[in-house]
Amino acid sequence: MTLIEADNVTKSYRVGELSVPAIRGVSFRVEAASLAAFIGPSGSGKTTLLNMVGCLDRPDGGTLHVLDTDLSGLSRLGRAEFRGNHLGFIFQDFNLLPVLTAYENVEYPLVVVKPVPPAERRERVMSVLESVGIADHAGKYPDQLSGGQKQRIAVARALVTRPRLVLADEPTANLDSATARSIIELMREMRDRYETTFVFSTHDTRIVDAVEVIFELADGAIAETRRQGAAA
Amino acid sequence: MMRLLNLAIRNLYRHRRRTALTALLVMTGVLAVLTFTSVSTAFKSAMVGSITDSMLGHMQVHRKGYLASIENLPLHLQIQPKAMQELEAALEETPGIVAWSPRVKLGGMYSDFQQTTSVRVNGVLPAREIATCTGLVDRIQEGSKAPLERGQIWLPDLLARGMKVGVGDTGVVVATNLDGAVNGMTFEVVGILESVTGPGGRDAYIHLEDARELLRMEGSEVSEVAVRVERFDRLATAQDRLAAALAGITNQKGEPALELHDWTKLSPFSSVVRSIDLITLFMQAVLIAVVLVSVLNVMLMAVYERMREIGTMAAIGTRPRMIVGIFLMEGLCLGVLGAAAGIAAAFLVVWVMQMVGVTTSFGRKAELVLDPSIVAGDVLLVAAVVIAAALLASLQPALKAARMDPIEALRHV
Repeated sequence: MTLIEADNVTKSYRVGELSVPAIRGVSFRVEAASLAAFIGPSGSGKTTLLNMVGCLDRPDGGTLHVLDTDLSGLSRLGRAEFRGNHLGFIFQDFNLLPVLTAYENVEYPLVVVKPVPPAERRERVMSVLESVGIADHAGKYPDQLSGGQKQRIAVARALVTRPRLVLADEPTANLDSATARSIIELMREMRDRYETTFVFSTHDTRIVDAVEVIFELADGAIAETRRQGAAA
Repeated sequence: MMRLLNLAIRNLYRHRRRTALTALLVMTGVLAVLTFTSVSTAFKSAMVGSITDSMLGHMQVHRKGYLASIENLPLHLQIQPKAMQELEAALEETPGIVAWSPRVKLGGMYSDFQQTTSVRVNGVLPAREIATCTGLVDRIQEGSKAPLERGQIWLPDLLARGMKVGVGDTGVVVATNLDGAVNGMTFEVVGILESVTGPGGRDAYIHLEDARELLRMEGSEVSEVAVRVERFDRLATAQDRLAAALAGITNQKGEPALELHDWTKLSPFSSVVRSIDLITLFMQAVLIAVVLVSVLNVMLMAVYERMREIGTMAAIGTRPRMIVGIFLMEGLCLGVLGAAAGIAAAFLVVWVMQMVGVTTSFGRKAELVLDPSIVAGDVLLVAAVVIAAALLASLQPALKAARMDPIEALRHV
């Protein structure tokens, strides 16, 4: 089943009087329950593409369907609701809310974004915290946790609403090698357990080795698409 | 809602020094407004009490047209006996009125057989006058505080001092009656009255029957009737009722024969009261400005500092309305915190003032003891104004946060 379907997607930005193309007619597909990555040098357009798939930005041209929804037809509020209901996000800097504990950070989407009754909420939060191996630190605030622990919390927050698609922008960039490997392994496990699709934007070769589909971007276009067996 | 409140409190606690400083600013404003309102209300009430209780009464009834010429004390504009009878009935029947006092007022000359000076004289029925102006007897500085009897006079201290007249001296009051005839009567000075600021504050008092005899009045005409109400805070209600009753008292042409005025129309001090009210309003405007500026400043700082958090919240699907709610709640908490602290501080300050005792002077009245207190209405008004201003000040930063592009916000360093 195809989860993301992009057809001749273009995007450009205005810099002063000039229009600078960032994405030039990109077409690709990502199947459900797969691990995919956009790779390429800085400025190649991988983050722009990830933002468009993540409903944070709109294409200027072409069509982009995610979960059978045409994203170009969504309003600002519609995009917010689509993100809350169907997508999960993992950021390079973890982006946890500093005034909330680990438990509350994971709980936040189930309170504010996609509300569920308190009993179910507690069960789901604890379950996902245990899945990412951080249940013991549930009561700690972000500044009491290590980088790896914070990213595990971020993964848990992304998964707690049970999204079909999680988008991760350089999720290992701020982690040491061992921690980065464990986070990659965690995301693979989560994919296997919840059948969630993960799409990365990354420079990290460890992620590149771990995913099944690689879209290599250069100057805003897909230079090469590689499919590979899942490596450990 | 509780989650929003929880989040707001934690975010405010995160920058507790800044939060405390902002709340302190708001608190200072609230404290200033409430303390000023409390003291000015006490001052107004002491002054109004002093004026109405010692000479004016709460209201006065005159014959139509008398007030316009009141400085001349016109004898041809007396309330006629028939109208007086109907007025008495109306006063007896109107609820909320506890006392009333008929007066015959005249302008004349006072002589101690060596010097002569002009004098304004009130002819009163002493018991009724004292019941209506309960502070009148307290103005007697020298002499007996017993009610006046016929042939006796209370002189204002300014006149007595100037002429070196004392208690026990005799003098003559000379007046011209309505027909132009001049008549004089001898009086014994039995009391020296402390002067009070305002019209009537330097009048002499004699018995009503002496005034009528001096003016050779044959009927029971009076110049004015001073009226005391049971509750000063319900003066307007009593005034409306009495005005309705007086509307039925007409002259031979069928027009209303009488006019009714409350103390504000009879004393220039009402303009002082209005000035105090204006200053209070001005202070409230300053308070609103203080709250607006301080809360707006702190909320704008919060938005700029938390751009990445806002971007994260927006990216993971938080609706713009909720982001507005998060920042509005923070502004609301700041307003509530500042208002609560200010109200508590104001109660403390007013309590200390009550314990220590605050006095003031007004005109010639010195050592007037004030009784400052904070009324619920003022507290509610100030709290509502502060909270509304805090919410208003938070609205722009909250909307700014909600309208932020998540990508731009996430890129913010």
